[in-house]
Amino acid sequence: MNPLRRELEIVADWIEPGSRVLDLGCGDGTLLQYLVQRKGVTAYGLEIDPRKVTRCMDRGVNVVRADLDEGLADFHRDSFDHVIMSQTIQAVRYPDKLLEDLLRVGRHGIVTFPNIGYWRLRMQLLLRGRMPRSPALPNAWYNSPNIHLCTLRDFERLCSSMGIEILERRTLDRAHRSNPLLNLSPNLLAEVAIYRFVRGSQSR
Amino acid sequence: MVRSPPIDSVGLVTQHKAVFEEPLALDCGRELPRYELVYETYGELNRDASNAILVCHALSGNHHAAGYHSEHDRKPGWWETCIGPGKPLDTNRFFVVCSNNLGGCHGSTGPASINPHTNKPYGDQFPVVTVRDWVRSQASLADQLGIKQWAAVAGGSLGGMQALQWAIDHPERLRHAIVIAAAPRLSAQNIGFNEVARQAIMGDPEFHGGRYYDYGVSPRRGLAVARMLGHITYLSDDAMRAKFGRDLRGSMSFDFDEVDFEVESYLRYQGQRFVQDFDANTYLLMTKALDYFDPAAEHSDDFSAAIEPIQCSTLLLSFSSDWRFAPSRSREILRALLQKEKPVSYMEIEATQGHDAFLMPIPRYLEAFSAYMGNVAREVEI
Repeated sequence: MNPLRRELEIVADWIEPGSRVLDLGCGDGTLLQYLVQRKGVTAYGLEIDPRKVTRCMDRGVNVVRADLDEGLADFHRDSFDHVIMSQTIQAVRYPDKLLEDLLRVGRHGIVTFPNIGYWRLRMQLLLRGRMPRSPALPNAWYNSPNIHLCTLRDFERLCSSMGIEILERRTLDRAHRSNPLLNLSPNLLAEVAIYRFVRGSQSR
Repeated sequence: MVRSPPIDSVGLVTQHKAVFEEPLALDCGRELPRYELVYETYGELNRDASNAILVCHALSGNHHAAGYHSEHDRKPGWWETCIGPGKPLDTNRFFVVCSNNLGGCHGSTGPASINPHTNKPYGDQFPVVTVRDWVRSQASLADQLGIKQWAAVAGGSLGGMQALQWAIDHPERLRHAIVIAAAPRLSAQNIGFNEVARQAIMGDPEFHGGRYYDYGVSPRRGLAVARMLGHITYLSDDAMRAKFGRDLRGSMSFDFDEVDFEVESYLRYQGQRFVQDFDANTYLLMTKALDYFDPAAEHSDDFSAAIEPIQCSTLLLSFSSDWRFAPSRSREILRALLQKEKPVSYMEIEATQGHDAFLMPIPRYLEAFSAYMGNVAREVEI
């Protein structure tokens, strides 16, 4: 089974039919194609890798080759109902600035990322004294695209400092399944975190 | 030399001529009483005429976009890279049409054609035509061919601008616009280059106010200079450096008539070759059409308002080393389409070849173009 499958299903469940969607780091366009075909959304994907951009074109989804580190200046405020960042936030240079931009152009944000607080990863650092690696984080420290890893607690703290209101959090285990036991200590037990959030009432 | 064309070529092709007896009203306020368009087609039109693609040519192009006119042809049509079996504009699936623009010098009605009122070549009397006039004439050609809606209208540079104008003027008549290495309008720098080219032509003693046909001459020197200038702007600094550097042909001559550097030799050759089959008045017309192209002008310079009528999907492609129509110019088109929530895809392609890259076999470019067109083919169920 494709390990991303469950994660994208959860994301897709949060998208209302007919809404406007922007997918930041849309990869090969799998999620966007699903949303367009099943939910009739109006969608664009942004992706930096030309091979993946080409895959998106092959799928017939709207895709723009773009570097997210340059921000979202091409889009107006409130252009989208949902802005998705699936396994992308950890690879950008300024995650906080991008989150801010994300909530400028979209009403809702959806973010998924690998939890660096997952116990197996903590154990690698503690026992072996080396940067953790896993199927979700397969690269070595020096060539990894994932330059801004965080734990659930880190992400939530950033959101609260930015006045972002988290509406829902879902976690997945090593087999990328939902598991009620995860709620005992999600920051330790979850391998993948999925958040849905809006601009807080305090923020602009 | 006689040899058979490669298997991914459309092979030997012949040109056709469409004659229009009804007058064509032009943007300049004048009209052509009758006109002709020369065109070529590649592939087969399907039964419901849903697989047709219009290819629009750039400044110095013509209707010969792919294949060979004879076994002795040295070079195929100008977009051989992209048109043919298995290529992005796959002639096993699509019916590709390319016409010589009005005002051109390869068979369509232009300055060298006979003016029915005077029975002499139009010369300087040929009206200034615009991108929109070309779109009008191409729409008449579509009517004559029985094509109600193009699967796509495609072009690079000035051809991309025609594709964009098509999408604005005839929203229901195309499903996709393929706009490559283009811009929403020219910059002052672009217009400046065009003006220098025109002055080179008009300053040639053999120009005779555009009536050089009457004298049996043509402003060859001026036209060659115009082409040399154009050629420099189509290449990138890196591409020219890689190709020629500062290599000398022999030793320094300390003379102005001799060719010292390889790059001089190359440009002179390109200029000389160009004047053999291109008309100076056509060059003036085409550069003017480029200068005048500006859909935003009628909308208080608001380009996003100008593209509001667009209903088709748009593919925008640009090339990193293109400084004549840089990627930032394609992004201006992109931004307007995004703001109006039009379906659009955009890719900047890394390429060292400058503006000319859209004619080159750059793998990433051809892959993206093919992927997009494959989806177009699925959409029209061919």
